[in-house]
Amino acid sequence: MAKISLIVNGNPVTGNIDPRTLLVQFLRENLRLTGTHVGCDTSQCGACVVHLDGKAVKSCTTLAVMADGHEVKTIEGLAADGAPLHPMQEAFREHHGLQCGFCTPGMIMTAVDLVHRKGHDLSDHVIREELEGNLCRCTGYQNIVVSIAAGAKAMANSDLA
Amino acid sequence: MYEFKYHRPETVRQAANLLIKNEDAKFVAGGHTLIPVMKQRLAAPPHIIDLSHIQGLDGIEIKGRSLVIGALAKHAEVATSAIVGEAFPALAELAALIGDPAVRHKGTIGGSLANNDPTADYPAAVLAMGATIVTNKRKLKPEEFFQGLFTTALEPDEIITKVAFPLPKKAAYIKFRNQASRYALVGVFVAKRPSDVRVTVTGAGSEGVFRVEAFEQALQKRFSPKALDGLTVPAEGLNSDLHGSAEYRAHLIGVLAKRAVEAANARA
Repeated sequence: MAKISLIVNGNPVTGNIDPRTLLVQFLRENLRLTGTHVGCDTSQCGACVVHLDGKAVKSCTTLAVMADGHEVKTIEGLAADGAPLHPMQEAFREHHGLQCGFCTPGMIMTAVDLVHRKGHDLSDHVIREELEGNLCRCTGYQNIVVSIAAGAKAMANSDLA
Repeated sequence: MYEFKYHRPETVRQAANLLIKNEDAKFVAGGHTLIPVMKQRLAAPPHIIDLSHIQGLDGIEIKGRSLVIGALAKHAEVATSAIVGEAFPALAELAALIGDPAVRHKGTIGGSLANNDPTADYPAAVLAMGATIVTNKRKLKPEEFFQGLFTTALEPDEIITKVAFPLPKKAAYIKFRNQASRYALVGVFVAKRPSDVRVTVTGAGSEGVFRVEAFEQALQKRFSPKALDGLTVPAEGLNSDLHGSAEYRAHLIGVLAKRAVEAANARA
């Protein structure tokens, strides 16, 4: 077993885990943060995307022990419970950026990372290129792209990062 | 995944010692090759040595006439580095074509080279530029470093610490991706170096990255796509799978090489 301590959504957490534990397993099974999904489990689909030290990564391809001492943000960390949604979440709601919703947490975490890297004015082309690692099996990409463009703009006027 | 013991060394020396002490141990940096293979139970290393917390191995700098990149530099860092973009834009473009944004936040140049996947991108640039692979023990030229499918000259206690790329006059990398895996079905790197021209191919060779000397000689006389008219690469020895036949890959090499020369010439 391995002892780990890290910051998840701003809160210090600890765990005594088998080193084999994937970050996504630790989040879902130990911390019960089930917003992060396991889709393909092969680093293709992006349903498991979280932010590790502020950067989008695939938590199905990261060992939880490798995140020891680091900072993780999941979809649950974007906005507080009961508070208004994060602008990117709100944009997905407003523009119907989801059908079944399974890929949505990963799409939104990827989108927020994209805004951090490339700013608030994103062309459709850039958004589509940047969604390379996120698959939607409902093939709802059109509204996902519209949602991300709108969410990126809305983030410019929000306190939520 | 099978059980393993996890180690987190803080220096290259500690990491090398851990590898000597623990037989069949494996290094992990970004983990985007090793972890999937362990999940599939195709590898079951009893010890995992995490290199990602060793300080000072992720620098990117110009030293003399070379671009020196630390082994732990991530693909995203190479792709967006102002230094790389200025001195060797073809390399920044290559790094930006690896995997997807989340994968590029984890994968490292050292990990990619040590794995020597026959469809990886970096080996094409390293062989084309005659880059020096620096380890904790010695310096290696690409011709001695790459030894075929997933095989390198690295010894059991040897760790890549940096890669030094001599700078080209002009270069470009054109990749035809497998749409699902994002690895190169074929990738061609063309470099006009101070003394000669090199053309390297990844994704197609059954023994990994290789040079196309007939193309190099033609481009040496005239660095133009037209110089490659009528020249072909034989399909023998090329990979053939459900994604493309050896003949298809051979054809792609010719097409991509011309596009790479065109792209290199388009740079001011």
